[in-house]
Amino acid sequence: MRHGFRLSQFKENVQENLPLHGENGVATETRANDFVVFDHVQKSYDGVSLVVKDLNLTIAKGEFLTMLGPSGSGKTTCLMMLAGFETATNGEIRLDGRNINLVPPHKRGIGMVFQNYALFPHMTVGENLSFPLEVRGMGKDEREAKVKRALDMVQMYSFINRRPAQLSGGQQQRIALARALVFDPSLVLMDEPLGALDKQLREHMQFEIKHLHESLGITVVYVTHDQGEALTMSDRVAVFNDGKIQQLAPPADLYERPENSFVAQFIGENNKLPGVIEELSEGKALVRLATGELIDATPVNVTAKGQKTLVSIRPERVEFKPEMMPPGAHMIGAEVIEVIYMGDILRARLKVAGSDDFVMKMRNTLGQTKLSPGETIRIGWHPQDARALEPM
Amino acid sequence: MKKILTLSTALTAVAFAAQADVTVMSWGGAYSQSQLEAYAKPYTAQTGVKVNMVDADNPATPVKAMVEASNVTVDVADVEYADAIRLCDEGMLETIDPAMLPAAPDGTPATEDFLPGALTDCAVSTIVFSTVFAYDTSKFPEGPKSIADFFDLEKFPGKRAMRKGAKANLEMALMADGVPAADVYATLETPEGLDRAFAMLDKIKKDTIWWEAGAQPPQLLADGEVAMTTAYNGRIFAAAVAENKPFQVVWDGQVLEYDLFVIPKGAPNLEEAKKFVAFATDTQRLADQAKWISYGPARKSSGPLVGLYQDGKTEMGPHMPTSAENLTNALPSSYEFWVDRDSELNERFNAWLAAN
Amino acid sequence: MTDVPPLLTTADGRPLKAALASAQGRARRKAFYLVAPLLLFVVFSFILPIGQMLHRSIYHDGFSSTAPNLSAWFAANPSGTEPDEAAFAALAADLAEMKKNKTAGEAATRINYTVSATRSLFTATARKADKLQPPFKEALLAEDAKWGEPVIWQAMRAASNPYTTDFYLIATDRARGADGGIEQVPENERIYLWLFGKTFILSGLITFICLILAFPIAHLLATLPMAKSNLLMILVLLPFWTSLLVRTTSWIVLLQGQGVVNNILVSLGMIGEDGRITMIYNQTGTIIVMTHILLPFMVLPLYSVMRTIKPSYARAARSLGATSWTTFRRIYLPQTLPGIGAGALLVFILAVGYYITPALVGGADGQLISNLIQFHMSKSNWSLAAALSGMLLVGVLLLYWLYDRLVGIDKLKLG
Repeated sequence: MRHGFRLSQFKENVQENLPLHGENGVATETRANDFVVFDHVQKSYDGVSLVVKDLNLTIAKGEFLTMLGPSGSGKTTCLMMLAGFETATNGEIRLDGRNINLVPPHKRGIGMVFQNYALFPHMTVGENLSFPLEVRGMGKDEREAKVKRALDMVQMYSFINRRPAQLSGGQQQRIALARALVFDPSLVLMDEPLGALDKQLREHMQFEIKHLHESLGITVVYVTHDQGEALTMSDRVAVFNDGKIQQLAPPADLYERPENSFVAQFIGENNKLPGVIEELSEGKALVRLATGELIDATPVNVTAKGQKTLVSIRPERVEFKPEMMPPGAHMIGAEVIEVIYMGDILRARLKVAGSDDFVMKMRNTLGQTKLSPGETIRIGWHPQDARALEPM
Repeated sequence: MKKILTLSTALTAVAFAAQADVTVMSWGGAYSQSQLEAYAKPYTAQTGVKVNMVDADNPATPVKAMVEASNVTVDVADVEYADAIRLCDEGMLETIDPAMLPAAPDGTPATEDFLPGALTDCAVSTIVFSTVFAYDTSKFPEGPKSIADFFDLEKFPGKRAMRKGAKANLEMALMADGVPAADVYATLETPEGLDRAFAMLDKIKKDTIWWEAGAQPPQLLADGEVAMTTAYNGRIFAAAVAENKPFQVVWDGQVLEYDLFVIPKGAPNLEEAKKFVAFATDTQRLADQAKWISYGPARKSSGPLVGLYQDGKTEMGPHMPTSAENLTNALPSSYEFWVDRDSELNERFNAWLAAN
Repeated sequence: MTDVPPLLTTADGRPLKAALASAQGRARRKAFYLVAPLLLFVVFSFILPIGQMLHRSIYHDGFSSTAPNLSAWFAANPSGTEPDEAAFAALAADLAEMKKNKTAGEAATRINYTVSATRSLFTATARKADKLQPPFKEALLAEDAKWGEPVIWQAMRAASNPYTTDFYLIATDRARGADGGIEQVPENERIYLWLFGKTFILSGLITFICLILAFPIAHLLATLPMAKSNLLMILVLLPFWTSLLVRTTSWIVLLQGQGVVNNILVSLGMIGEDGRITMIYNQTGTIIVMTHILLPFMVLPLYSVMRTIKPSYARAARSLGATSWTTFRRIYLPQTLPGIGAGALLVFILAVGYYITPALVGGADGQLISNLIQFHMSKSNWSLAAALSGMLLVGVLLLYWLYDRLVGIDKLKLG
C-alpha cells in the first residue's frame, strides 16, 4: 500500500477523538464533537417491514466512516436519509448538533458523490463544478478560483472545457469528487463511487480519495459493498446487515476480531468449524468438534458450557508446522485435498473434522514445504485466532 | 365505415355491371331509393331491362375518372348542375338531344315542358332541390315568415347555421335585404351589391355555425345548437315527416337548383342509357318520385300529378320547392354566375369567414 | 517523415486498397439489394408524388394546349404588344377548335383562375365560334366587349406558357394587373398569407399547450413504477386507438352549446342558461380538439427522453445546494430538450397539416390553411392546391432548418 504510512498515522489521530461506544458500538450519549448522529433511526418504505431497524451511530468530525454490507442491508438508505433524499420514519438525525430531519437536501450543505457520478451531461466540466457555487450566489471570480482549485486538486484542470461524455470513467469520477468538494462541505457522502471502475483504477482512486480526506480534514461517509475498499480506506467500518449495524470497528478489529458470525463470514475469507463448548474459562474456550476432536478458541459471544458454537479461523492463520505453534496448543488431523498455486500464496484445501472446505494459505517463500494431495498433516493455530461465535 | 361500404357496394356493382343492361350511378340513401322506386322498377317492369343502381359520394368524380381512363362502366349518372356543365364543356359527356325526350301528356314538347334551364346540351334535369331555411317550432311558436327574419337577430334571437360556402348564402342575403329575386344576380355582379350581401351576412356572422355536409343542419336543429339553419329542403322534410321533428321550412327566399341525368362518353350501353333517361324523365316518372322524397319534378306537367308521400297521408304538394305557393319569392340558382365567379367569391367568402 | 510509405499489397500481390474496395463493395452491394425495395417504395410513393405535386403547382396546360394558335402569337410578339387582327384571328381559330374538341371549358377554367368572371366568356363565345367571320377583332368584340380588355389578354399570355407562377401569385394574395405588373388583390379577398400566418401561430400555440400538458404526464410515466406507468401509458395511447372521427365527434358532444360541459356548468349554476360558453365551431374548438389528438405525439418523445434521465442527476443537484426549482430549470429541463424538440417538431408539423379536425369543429375562425387546400382540391383546382401545399412544405422545411441551426437535428430524439 502506497499510502500505508500516512493512513496509520492518521488513524492514530482520529482514534483519540472517537466517541465512547457501548457493547455494539452504539453511542450511549452524544458529545459536543459528535458531528453526525443517528439517534434511534428507523425507516420503513411500506409500513410493514423496517429497512433500517434501530440505528444509532455517531460519526466524529474528520472521520472516514464506511458503511459496508450486502445489498438490501440498509446502508444506502441510511446514506440517503443523511443526504435528505429519504426521510426517517422515526428517530432523529443530527448534523453538527442540529436536527436535520426536516432540512431539505439543498440546505444541508453536504457534498455527495454518486455511484454513476451523476455529472450533468449538458454541462462542461467547468460548468458542473461551477453549479454549486452559482446556486450559492457566488461571484464569478471567486467561482473560477474555486473551480480551478478543486480541479487542480484532482489534476483535471486541463479538462475544464470537456463534456462528461468525453471523459473516461476514472476522469469522470475525479470530476464528481471535485464537484462534491468544490463548495467546501464539511461532510461528504460517497455512494459506491468506485463501483464502475476496473480493479487497478479503483485501487488508485481509493488512494486519491483517502489522500483528499486526509489533506482536507473533511468527514466522509462512504458506502460500499466491497470489503477490501472498506478495510483499506476507513477509520471505522459499520457492517450492515438486515437493517442493523452488526459491528462498528476499525478495520483491523473488524478483520481480526469479528464479533459475530455474520461479520466473520462477510469480512475476508473464513473457515468455520461447528462444535460444542466443552470448557469455558477466562478468555479461553475448548471446543469439541462434530468428529470428537478438541480445539482451542477465544470465546466471543458464547456464554455457557454445552452451547453450540461456530469457530471461525482465518486461512492465513492456520499453521501445519509444529514449530510455529504456541506451546500447549491443540492440533487436529487434516487431509490435503488439493493445492492451488496463486503466485504470492499457495492455497490448500483440506478435509478437517469431516468437512472438506477448510482452507489454509501459505506464503510462497523459498523454503516453503510443498504439500501434495492425499497427504495427511496436523494443523493448529493460536487460540486467539480461533473465535468461538454464536451460530447465526 | 360508411365510405368503405359505399366503396364495396360500388365495387360489387361494377363487377356485376357487365351483366346489367343499364347501370345508374347516384348519391345513395333515400335519394337513390326514390330513383329506384320511381324510375328503375317501372322501367324493368315495362321493358324487362335490368337497372343496376350504384352509389357514389359525388358521381361526377368517378365519372370524370372513368372517362379519363377510358374505362367507363356507368351508363347514366346523376350529377349537379355545375358538374354537368363542366363535364360537358370538357367533352366527357354524350350530348342529349331534347327531341328524344317524351312530350308532356298534353302534347307540350319536352323543351317547353321542362322548367327553364332544366335541359342542357348534355344533361336532363330530374328534380329541383332547394336551399331553404328552417327553424324549430318549439323555439319560435310565432315563427319567422320571411328570409329577412333569418337575418334578424333582434326579432328572432338564437344561433344560426349556414352552409360554409358563398353559393346560396349571398343570394339569400340579398333577398333578405330586399332585393327582388329577379335582380339578385345583376346586383351581385356589381361590387356594391356584393358588399351589400356581405354586410347582411355580417349581421349574423357572430352567431352562425357553418355546416358542410347536408346531414348536419337537421342534426344541429335537433341538438338545439341553432335556432334556425339553412338546409336542403329534402333533409328537413325527412326529419320533420319521417322522424316527427318539430321543424318548419320557410320557403321565402329559397334558392333552387337542378339535379340532372348525364350519360358519360363511352357508356357501355349507350342506346339503353338514352332510352332509360327518356323513360325516367317523363311526366309520370318525375311525379312519382315525389312519393319518395320532397324534391320537385323538373317538368311543369308533373306538378299536378304529385300525390301523397309513401306514408299515404302526407300531401307532398306543400313540401315541394316547385309548388306555386312556395315560389312566391324563389330564386333559381344561376350557373353562369357561379362558374364565372366561383373562385373569386369563395376566396372573398373564405377571407370574410376567417377574419375575426 | 517525408518518406512515402510503400504500397501495401495483399498476400497474392494485389494492391491492398483495391482488395479492400472489392471486399467492401460486395458487402455494400448486398446491403443495397436489401434496402432496394424500400428505396423503390419511397421513390414511388413519396418522392414522385411530391415531385408531381410541386410540378403541378407551376404547370397547367389547360390553356396552352387548347389554344395553340394564340400561344404561337404570344410567343412571336413580346409582352406589351397590342393584340392585332392576327391575334384575334388566332383566338377565333382556337375558339373554333375548342368548340370542335369540346375543350372550351378547360381553357376557360385556366383563365378563370386568374381573372374572375371569364369562364362564360370562353364557353359562350366558343359555342358560336364557327360562325365568326373576319375581321375577327370586330366580330369577337361584337360577341362580347370583354375580349378587348387588357386584363384578359394578360391572363391569356401568362397562360399560354404551361409553366406559370400564377398559382403561387394567387397563393400569396397577389395577382397580375392589367399592365402585367404584380399587385396585391383587394383587401377583402386576401386570405392565404393571413391564413398561413394564422395556421403557424395556432399550430405553435397547440404545440405549446401540448408541451405544457405532456411534460408532467411524461415525467410521471418515466418515474412511476412499471405497473402504474403502464396503465397511464394506456390512457395516453387510448386516443391513438380510437378513430379520429369518433374522437372528434365525442368532443362535439362534450363541448357544444347544449353539450355535456355546458349542461354541467348550467346545472351547477356557474353559468346561466343564456351564458352557455361557445367552445366549439370556433378557434377554441380547434385548439382543444387538436391538442387532445396531438398530445400523444408530444408525450412519447418526452417520455423516451425522460426515461433515460437518471434520478441521481436531480439528487446530485439538490445535494450541491440547488432548490427544486433550480434543479428543474438548470438540470432536468435542459436534459429533456431533445425530447421537447422532437415532440414540438412532430406536433407542429402535424398541426400545420391537420385538416379533418378544424373542418369538423373549427367553424368559421378555426380553419387552417389545409382546409383551403382541401377546398381547392374538391374544386379540382389542383394547381392552386399544389402551390399552397408547396408553400406549406417550404414553411415546414424552413422551420426544420431553423431548428437544426438553433438546436441541432442530431439532438432530435423521437423515441
